[in-house]
Amino acid sequence: MSETRLVQGNEACALGALAAGCRFYGGYPITPSSEIAEHMVRLLPGVDGVFVQMEDEIASLAAVIGASLAGSKAMTATSGPGFSLMQEHIGFATMAEVPCVVVDVMRGGPSTGLPTSPSQGDVMQARWGTHGDHPAIVLAPSSVGEVFDLTIRAFNLAERFRTPVIIIYDEIIGHTRESVVLSESVEVESRLSPNGDPAAFWPKLAPGDGVPPLPAFGDGYRFHVTGLTHDERGFPTTDSAEAGALITRIHRKVEVHREEISEVETFMLDDAEIAIFAYGIVGRSAREAVQRARSAGVKAGLIRPVTLWPFPYSSVAEVASQVDTLIVSEMNLGQLIGEVERAAAGRAEIVGHLRADGEPITPTELLDVVMSSGGSRP
Amino acid sequence: MTDVKSYLRDWTMPHVLCPGCAHGIVLRAFLEAVDQLQLDRDKLAMVAGIGCSSRLVGYVDFCTLHGTHGRAPAFATGLKLARPELNVVVVTGDGDGLAIGGNHLIHAARRNIDITVLLLNNAIYGMTGGQAAPTTPEGAVASTTPAGNTEPSFDACKLLIGAGASYVARVLAATPIEMTKVMADGMSHRGFSFIEVLSDCPEYYGRYNNVGGGAEMLTWLARRDAGVAGPLSSKGFVKHVPSSATPAGMMTGVLKREARPVFAGVRRIEPDES
Repeated sequence: MSETRLVQGNEACALGALAAGCRFYGGYPITPSSEIAEHMVRLLPGVDGVFVQMEDEIASLAAVIGASLAGSKAMTATSGPGFSLMQEHIGFATMAEVPCVVVDVMRGGPSTGLPTSPSQGDVMQARWGTHGDHPAIVLAPSSVGEVFDLTIRAFNLAERFRTPVIIIYDEIIGHTRESVVLSESVEVESRLSPNGDPAAFWPKLAPGDGVPPLPAFGDGYRFHVTGLTHDERGFPTTDSAEAGALITRIHRKVEVHREEISEVETFMLDDAEIAIFAYGIVGRSAREAVQRARSAGVKAGLIRPVTLWPFPYSSVAEVASQVDTLIVSEMNLGQLIGEVERAAAGRAEIVGHLRADGEPITPTELLDVVMSSGGSRP
Repeated sequence: MTDVKSYLRDWTMPHVLCPGCAHGIVLRAFLEAVDQLQLDRDKLAMVAGIGCSSRLVGYVDFCTLHGTHGRAPAFATGLKLARPELNVVVVTGDGDGLAIGGNHLIHAARRNIDITVLLLNNAIYGMTGGQAAPTTPEGAVASTTPAGNTEPSFDACKLLIGAGASYVARVLAATPIEMTKVMADGMSHRGFSFIEVLSDCPEYYGRYNNVGGGAEMLTWLARRDAGVAGPLSSKGFVKHVPSSATPAGMMTGVLKREARPVFAGVRRIEPDES
């Protein structure tokens, strides 16, 4: 059974979270993400979930991590300034391997910036915002419907890999209303629970795929959770072999499952000679620009990463080998374009169309870039 | 009565605490209280931040969360809201709980969430090497106040009473039997209970302020009679007087006990609960 409804992007996020089994929300008000909290507070009591408004974003993610350790699927949502504050606990959840979902509805920055304007200025912060070497899983929906689907996916990936998963979209998607198919029979994944003797349980002893099972506090497994570098038993260590093993494993569990995590959408790429690389709301404008270019007889195509991190290097490399020109368009002054250049490695000319002035990138301006970047050749 | 050693993860020994540090006495008093109350160790969660006091949770055989600096009350809030049947105890220090984590502590108190916070106040940052804390008395020497502390210090209990904690007590690490009694009382209280323990740091505080080793420091803390701030020097610094570093005039015992509604987050209320 499915239901089609007209919903706002931030509402779709809340509905997706509920469908994925989220039963705890801890957050702090910030534009343009606050509607997520306002929907969660109404939805959660009906499914025996709990909502709490915390004193700041640091505390919000701490409460989410606490709730996750108590066995609840848990999330928080924020925007750039709050996302900066959450970096501390994104690192903690990565190190302690506590599943959780963090939504960043991007607005103009840096600092307080443009609170009600769209931006894609946080995509590198989502990858590298917290200190130390760490993996990252970051999903970037481009429509309200995709916000619903990817919120479910984010919970599934968080549970599957025992790691924080970040959903990142801009103010336009957050505040746009679209018809969305809200599927009632969604595929939901839950964390692996241990089934052996609690006395012989060690929380960081991982099976072959690198993801250890995680019981909830109160289930009879007494264990230790720390952000300090720790051994397989979960206790602090400064032994270099044990430190190396931990940092390697938390990277590898994401890296070896890159194919499973990575999702890339392509559009009219088969015979394309010029392609646009765009994500989130810019991916929508780019799709329209590609269609208009095709109508004008230009062989244009689109590559849109749905998973921003891990970055789809091989997909981009493949496109770069095929096309003459790869236009990278993002609502920042050049963040993922560096990764595209790295993946393309000189196989295509990279043209940036970047802006960070609070205005969306339109299909018309992208069409102009396509036409002036060699796409107008007969 | 159970041997309190059975609550320890013996394989984690030796511990990180310095000779003369009273934090071990505090931990023992706490375990005695856990034993007196016959708490189910599977349902006891201890949450800590960063610092010497926070390392205690690694040594006890409960569900233990060693979080980030100052944030323990926020982790504990999520844990308790998601699983109310857990007994949740936060262990924090004066730097962890009153400086970097001050905001989380006062908001947990304001909400009256049903957790217990033990704040081990040794009046200094021990783990990082003896820097001044918000509890370092005026005039006292720390590695970042070589000429004597010029900042006024917090009275943690007054702060928590103001923030709305429904149970507030202060005990001395030098009086372990009283400590156990107060900890059992605080953990039995329905709502947010805050217990400040006046502990010691002979390694830094004791050395810098000529108070002596562990035994001397605990005796000195127990006397609580010598604290007179030194006169201001012409440069505005408080002239260092060793005896000015005592927490003079701090009352011990249960300072506040109040019955008020316990915070459970926004959730469905069962008819029989309302």
